[in-house]
Amino acid sequence: MVLLKTLQKNAWPFAALLLVSGGARADTLNGADTAWVLTATALVLFMTIPGLSLFYAGLVRVKNVLSVLMQCFALTCLMSVLWFVAGYTIAFGSEGVEQGPFIGDFGNIFFASISVDSMMGTIPASLFAVFQMTFAIITPALIVGAFAERMRFSAMLVFCSIWLLVVYSPVCHWVWGGGWLGDMGLQDFAGGTVVHITAAVAALVAALVMGPRRGFGTVPMPPHNLTITVAGAGMLWVGWFGFNAGSALGANNTAAMAMLVTHLSAACGALAWMTMEWVRHGKPSVLGIVTGMVAGLGTITPASGSVGPAAAIVIGLSAGVVCYFATNLLKNALKVDDSLDVFPVHGVGGILGTLLAGIFCSTQLGIFSGNGFSEGISSIGGQLFVQATGVAATFAYTAVMTFIILKLVDMMIGLRIGADEENEGLDLALHDERGYNL
Amino acid sequence: MKMMTAIIKPFKLDDVREALQQIGILGMTVEEVKGYGRQKGHTELYRGAEYLVEFQPKVKIQIGVADDQLDAAIEAVCNAASTGKIGDGKIFVTALEQSIRIRTGETGEEAL
Repeated sequence: MVLLKTLQKNAWPFAALLLVSGGARADTLNGADTAWVLTATALVLFMTIPGLSLFYAGLVRVKNVLSVLMQCFALTCLMSVLWFVAGYTIAFGSEGVEQGPFIGDFGNIFFASISVDSMMGTIPASLFAVFQMTFAIITPALIVGAFAERMRFSAMLVFCSIWLLVVYSPVCHWVWGGGWLGDMGLQDFAGGTVVHITAAVAALVAALVMGPRRGFGTVPMPPHNLTITVAGAGMLWVGWFGFNAGSALGANNTAAMAMLVTHLSAACGALAWMTMEWVRHGKPSVLGIVTGMVAGLGTITPASGSVGPAAAIVIGLSAGVVCYFATNLLKNALKVDDSLDVFPVHGVGGILGTLLAGIFCSTQLGIFSGNGFSEGISSIGGQLFVQATGVAATFAYTAVMTFIILKLVDMMIGLRIGADEENEGLDLALHDERGYNL
Repeated sequence: MKMMTAIIKPFKLDDVREALQQIGILGMTVEEVKGYGRQKGHTELYRGAEYLVEFQPKVKIQIGVADDQLDAAIEAVCNAASTGKIGDGKIFVTALEQSIRIRTGETGEEAL
């Protein structure tokens, strides 16, 4: 019962525990758990194709719409294979092997120790591997927004391939695979550090290393089709239920509460951003309300297994307001061309959510109470310290490694397409196709 | 014969077409164009990025009219296209040397 309670409170450290101590695992398959995680896996894949793809595609200019769809689609394929080859084992290692603090053991290269009968808790090990694969797909795909409209396709594939193995997989190990941050008691239920901070810091570094698009700040670059952006945003919202509630790895109380807080935070993020624009600009914008929704979702992600519904309202509202100001600051004051605002939305949201999880997991906050601190931690200060350590370590490691990888790829292939090609648009220059032949 | 070029607000196109039809002008050519004059442009805001869109969408109508129809045609367009606000558009009138109906070979006002 104590074990079961631990599972419901915080499934990730438990999953990690299973990995390191093969003897203590509960290897009886639970049909409900398996059915839910199967469903959640499909939902998370749906977030990338077509959700995120459409969300991003609508935001670029008409001459680059296919290039963004292509980047997301090709990444979905390539990251899946790389996860199978080496990503998974770097992140999670293999069963029954003591896991080191920084990377997993290499026993699961090519999923070597996963058979049709292997179990991970109450679900098949193959299901856990493919569920995690969909996370490894969406994380590099999120970065696409930063270098949209100017990156060479081949360079993008090489960069994301190295990045998955060198940045994503190790950080995933630190937090979820039995590594040092998980051991410290970091509460990151569904990927505030692992997914959103890594993707967004990589996005910021990529935007800085590659430089702005030609004409940034002088030539108008409005979204070419907000209709598909709104459609993609709706798909993201739905898919996020799989992302957060699926991270419970079971059909249980934690999953249900994660779905509830995820939904409330999305709604409040959307309302907060809409209100900010309404008050400051005079009109509520469509792009504003959907961006606020993404901010609300990204921010609740790390906290979705630790907090209650009242806290989710606070988290969502603060996400909408803080990410709104961050977006304006980065674009207008700092003049950084993070083209589709990956860092101010996902990065700032991911950091905010990871920190707020450390506060609202407390059981002493009345209606705002959550599910409790990690084992061995007894105060908000103690939990916040761990959360801040997680944020800082993920931020620093991602920034340094992403910078090195980008410089390497720049030397090997060259990151940017030529000026003529950029003017012509990536669709024709790189793919010999047009998005719309009307 | 005169060539009348009217630049109007897009949503007024149907009113203008109907008004011209009522005075017996049955043919016209329409283009979607962009331009600006006293109306200037408008601003658009996308996640904090503010753009001044200088050119406004307009509709350009070209009509060949007989000399004795010109005043009625101008009046019809002015009445139908007017909202009283800045940006209602303009009418230009130029001389038209010849017109030919391709199917029949008719020329001059017969061909309008």
